[in-house]
Parts: sequence; C-alpha cells; structure tokens
Amino acid sequence: MKPPPFAYHRPADVDTAAQMLAALGDGAKVLAGGQSLVPLMNFRLAAPEHLVDVNHLGLDDVSMDDGEMVVGATVRQARLLSDPDIGAVHPLVADAAGWIAHAVIRNRGTVVGSLAHGDPAAELPAVLAVLGGSVDAVAWRDGRLATRRVPAAELFLGPLDTSLAVDELAVTARFPVLPARTGWAVEELARRHGDYALAGVILTVTVDGSGAPVGGRAAFLSCAPTPAVLDLTPALGDGAGPEAVYDLVAAALDPTDDIHATAAYRRHLAATLAGRGVALAAVRARESAEVPA
Amino acid sequence: MSSEETHEVVVTVNGSVRSVRVPARRLLSDVLRHDLRLTGTHVGCEHGVCGACTVLLDGQPVRSCLTFAVMVGGAEVTTVEGLAGPDGELGPVQQAFRERHGLQCGFCTPGFLLLTTDLLARDPDPGDDDIREALGGNLCRCTGYVNIVRSVRRAAELAGEP
Repeated sequence: MKPPPFAYHRPADVDTAAQMLAALGDGAKVLAGGQSLVPLMNFRLAAPEHLVDVNHLGLDDVSMDDGEMVVGATVRQARLLSDPDIGAVHPLVADAAGWIAHAVIRNRGTVVGSLAHGDPAAELPAVLAVLGGSVDAVAWRDGRLATRRVPAAELFLGPLDTSLAVDELAVTARFPVLPARTGWAVEELARRHGDYALAGVILTVTVDGSGAPVGGRAAFLSCAPTPAVLDLTPALGDGAGPEAVYDLVAAALDPTDDIHATAAYRRHLAATLAGRGVALAAVRARESAEVPA
Repeated sequence: MSSEETHEVVVTVNGSVRSVRVPARRLLSDVLRHDLRLTGTHVGCEHGVCGACTVLLDGQPVRSCLTFAVMVGGAEVTTVEGLAGPDGELGPVQQAFRERHGLQCGFCTPGFLLLTTDLLARDPDPGDDDIREALGGNLCRCTGYVNIVRSVRRAAELAGEP
C-alpha cells in the first residue's frame, strides 16, 4: 500500500530539529533510515502528520569517548560491518550487526534508529542492554537545547516503546567497549536467514588470569517485551557446565507463544543458545587475554 | 486530496538528470515507475521483504519502496534500465542471467540484477557463500535460486573477460 500524507521537514542542524519536534508535538516522528517506519506507514499502521528528516544534521560520526564507542544518529548499520576500525574496537557490535536483517536493509537502517524503535526482536537494543550502554537525547526546552543521557535499562519500556519523549531526538548511542579478559557471543535461530530471531542471545563472559569464567551477562531477543537482561555469573562458578547456564536461563525467562514457536520451545531455544554462547565467549575471552585454554 | 504539498526532487537516474514534483509521501519506487515511466523496477510486497524494487542509490543497493523520494534529492539512482548498453544490448549481468536461466517469470529479476551488479563491484570473484549472502534478502518464487547463483558466477566470468 501507499503511505498516508505527511508534511516533510528537513532541518539542517540539531537545534532546528529539536525546535521543530518541540513545536510539532505528538504528530511528529523522526525519520532517519526509514527501514522500520516506512513499512509501518505503507501498511498504514503509522500515520504521522509530520516527519522530521534527521539525515542532514551532521550526525554521522563514530568516535571513542571515555571507554565507549559513540555512534551518531545517522550512522548506517552497514558501517558497523564494513568499517574495520569498528570491528577492532568493538567486535561484539560488529558481530551483532551481521545478524540485522539483510545487507540492503542495513545500507539504509541506522543504529540509533533501531534503538529508538525499540523492537525486542532486534539485535541492537539487546547489544545496548547487555553492554549497559546509553543513548543521548536532546530536546528544545526553556529556550535552549537540553541533553539527557538515557541508560539502556531506562530506555526500553515495551515492544516498540521507549522512554524517549515526543520532543526528544536521540542523537548518539554509547556502547561501552568490552573490559579486559572478556569475550562475547551472538547466537540466534530464525526460520529464514535475515528474519527476526525466534530467540537469540547476545552475551559476554569474563575470565580470570587462569582462564576460569568469573562473570557473565546476557540479553535475550524475542523472549520478553524488552531485551531481557540476565546476570549469568551464578551459573559460571567452579565446575559449572552448560547445564547450569541452561537451567539458569530457562528458569529466568518467561517468553510467550506465537504463530512461530511455543513459549516452551522458545525457552528451550534461548537456554540452549546461551549455553553455546557462554562456551564460545569464554574461548574468546581467553584468546583476548592470552591465558591458557 | 488536492492540497497536498509537493516538493521538487532532482535525481540523476541512469546518468540523466531528472526532475519531478511530488508529494513527500511518494516512494522512490513510484517516482521511478509512475513519474519517470521506468517500469523495469518492480514493486512486489511494498514493505521491504521481497526485494523486487531494489535499486542502487549512490552505488549501494536499497529498497526503493522503503525510501521517500523527497529524502534522496541530489542522489544518483541506477535502475535495471541502466544496466543495458546504449543500443539496448544486454549488459554482462543481464547476459549471464539469460545464459544460465536465472529467471522464469522475471518479476524478481530487476532486484537480483542490481544486487549482482553491486556484489561484483565490491568483489569481482565472489564465492558461493558470498553470493548467497548478497542475494539472501531477495525472494524468487520460480527458480529456486540455484540458477540465480549460477547466473551470478557466470556474470563474474563475463565481467572478467577482456
């Protein structure tokens, strides 16, 4: 179908964009890559009166700040894969990006847009959640630009629902880099390559100087209304194997049935993927620390 | 629907500068097909799943059905019409799909041709896994993909010939 009519706005700087969002109120949506918004509009599931195109605000940088990789609002998902510097600085983010839809979608879709969209089946919200990252949002209030740093734990409220206010514009996402002796894994199962995962997990494992896992954290896709974050550390102690991870995850998650999978299958899948992921992440952690396998 | 605001959009399509005046909601796929009468770009699902509408935007494949034309003023667009020679002779990618039976009904073909063009521009000698990864986002309901992969391999051969 065709999208409904809207008024198009193309601000040339962040101040103007924020002023527009403040003036337009509830009827406005931010347009970046459009890879989630335009299908919703084509289906007429969304009918914003105004779209504010943020592609010309100069927000296409990736930089490092205080141990965090900072990604601007219009950095395309494809760049996470194609930019070797990003792969070197943050291999977890680069790995996860390869699981986002298909290359053609990643060419337009933005990193920050995916976070602001807040789909619990998407990879990047889970990445931000497992890393304890944040999003910087700006708004025009009391005659000036106000910035708010929103931690992942406070960003995602429900399916396609975030704590960003209607007048707020997410300008950057901040992904903390992995600590020392820490490995990662991204595990998913989808019915077809590029589809949303039936279940998936993005996790980190930290090892000690002898290579023994001492901590771990996971965020699950498609298992809850928001990325479900779980501390895996209790299942990683002395002598604990994949069964301990399985049991911990299976007990903690409470997924729902849908047309593609039952809740029981989804729980089993998430727990199984977590067990595999922990093993892989531990290997990577030992490699990064050059401690014995 | 008489008062909808329109915007002047200038894009370079297959090397020619084209100017259209369209409402903001006009999809790039519809500008190509309706306003510019370039009906080689096909529209299947119109929500980004099938890939038939894939075109190159500044050299990168994108879904033209998920792109508002008003967003891409100043860009260069390549459609399937841009793959043939000036006299209409088939380009190497098109020739390869013909030789290896990479199409049956032809509906999905323009998208696959442009994906292949992009892939070979990035990697002149792709392996089968690379080919399948590059094409994985597009749907064909006739060939079962085997001949499409063969066609891409043939296109790489043709493009490599002097």
